[in-house]
Amino acid sequence: MPQKQPNSRESRMSRVLVRTLAIRLAGVLVILLLISFLTYSLVYLAPGDLVKNLLGNRPSSPEAIAQIREQYHLDDPFFVRYLDWLWAALRGDFGVSIRLQQSVTDAIASRIGNTVALALLAFVMAAAVAIPLGILSAAREGRRSDRAFSALALLGLSAPSFALAILLLYVFAMLIPIFPAYGGGADPLDTLWHLVLPAVALAAGIGAILQRITRAAVLRELQSDAVTFARSRGLSENEVRRIALRSALIPIVTGAGLILTFIVGGTIVVETVFALPGLGSLLQESVLFKDLPVVQAVTLLVAAVIAVITIAVDLSYLALDPRVRTKELNR
Amino acid sequence: MTSSPLRGPRTAITKLPGGAASQPHRDWAAIASIALLAVVGIAAIASPLLLEPATRQSILDSLLPPGSPGHPLGTDELGRDVLLLTLAGTGSALAGPVVIATGSMLLAVVLGTLAGYLGGLTDTVIGRVVDILLSLPVMLVAIVVAGIFGAGYWVTVGMLVVLFCPSDIRIVRAGVTEQAPRPYVEAAQMLSLSRTRIMYRHIVPNVWPLILTNLMLDIGIALVTLSSLSFLGIGVDPGTPDWGRQIADGRALIADNPAMLLVPALLIILVTMAINLLGDQLGERLRERGLQ
Repeated sequence: MPQKQPNSRESRMSRVLVRTLAIRLAGVLVILLLISFLTYSLVYLAPGDLVKNLLGNRPSSPEAIAQIREQYHLDDPFFVRYLDWLWAALRGDFGVSIRLQQSVTDAIASRIGNTVALALLAFVMAAAVAIPLGILSAAREGRRSDRAFSALALLGLSAPSFALAILLLYVFAMLIPIFPAYGGGADPLDTLWHLVLPAVALAAGIGAILQRITRAAVLRELQSDAVTFARSRGLSENEVRRIALRSALIPIVTGAGLILTFIVGGTIVVETVFALPGLGSLLQESVLFKDLPVVQAVTLLVAAVIAVITIAVDLSYLALDPRVRTKELNR
Repeated sequence: MTSSPLRGPRTAITKLPGGAASQPHRDWAAIASIALLAVVGIAAIASPLLLEPATRQSILDSLLPPGSPGHPLGTDELGRDVLLLTLAGTGSALAGPVVIATGSMLLAVVLGTLAGYLGGLTDTVIGRVVDILLSLPVMLVAIVVAGIFGAGYWVTVGMLVVLFCPSDIRIVRAGVTEQAPRPYVEAAQMLSLSRTRIMYRHIVPNVWPLILTNLMLDIGIALVTLSSLSFLGIGVDPGTPDWGRQIADGRALIADNPAMLLVPALLIILVTMAINLLGDQLGERLRERGLQ
């Protein structure tokens, strides 16, 4: 029984996991605290009068001003207010949106589904097409098909999501009206239908990044000692391929950070083009309206999601690469 | 990005015997890219002269479709000529990205060389700051900060210089650490040249290929970022023609004059593609020369 042996591989493995996780979590918490402080300071750094900013377009009667000062504890010292805000934020209370006159949490909750669905759909589309194309490109390196796929990736990488979204909208919603041009749809199936064009616009960029990473990773592996050795051992071409693809997986997974950054920017732009009610369009509208409570909440939420995914990527690195695992074990 | 999309790392070797077959195809794309960038570049330099005619309004000629006499791409709702507007927009489309890429690369050459050559505490401090900045998505920070402060064009450009810097620092640092143990550096150390002189007169020139290639690719990324921001209504000065804003305004007029948004959208895609293609090929050429 491995559990009875204190020095067994498994128990050491789990200790390493816990330690790595703890270090990562601590680092991420520090960054999140820093970001929360900066987003909170935004309210005070924003140009114009603070009370006016918080009032929005409500009438500025003395009572309303007194109520705002009371509601936001404006008479407390800055740091106390920050801690109050952070404590409320941790319990999911980000205050009331100035523009929507609705609690920020409700505004986010009603839109987050669309954004998650859009990002997932785009990611699945991109991965399903780009990873096989990247592998194929690497296998046929320098030939016509490789050049064609790679040129396609360059196009996807070069086209800003909003320009691509506009072109898709014009062709597939105006010239050939197959897909709806605007909005989020009523029932789940209708929503999915509304998400197709935005997801394609977003997937182009993700796919381009994925194709390039995959191609480079597989090419590097095909020239590695491991593959040469596998061939010299007389393994079948299928087995050789499996060895190459497994090691190529590591740089592909590490590329997730790059893709995530792209998705954050991409959803904002694509949702705005298609007037899709999601977090991205919410952020854009709130920024232009200077609806600070919403901007703070969305920024913090995105930062937290990025942090969690970054940790997950680091951990999968540990799971995928035996070399990293041994290094961590022998530390 | 270790390999170009058109040719992999192995082609450097396979090219020697008879790899010239693919040459005409690549040259055609490169020539087209250079031609496009030359035209757009000239338009960008001339764009201040076009500002006045491009923003001339005439209500009588509003919303003409493409192909109207005197207005090959039609007019917008204020009667401004779309062709002139698009040409006048080349200025803000190119000037900002070139400044962003150059500025961030300059900062990166100074800081990345320091980190890579001196190592120790300098390296740790610069590395930590770079790590933190890299964990922030550029678009999100740019939208929130520039949007809340209502920043104008050049303030937004300045902010993007800072946001683009971390990845450049990493690249330059990697290049410099790779050069540092080479014999020529040792020789310079033995001549007891100053560290500044060794870094910036001896090591940096050897990292030039890396710097130039990434400068090109940065211009492309900056063009995409800046035009996406102006499309969202952030970082555009009122009254100046701008592709991103033109596309945003054109959405309401898509049925009357689709050219208003399709032309700048296509131009952004083509110009970025040309820049990326040339950047990739430049990198490939310089790497091949470095190998031999």
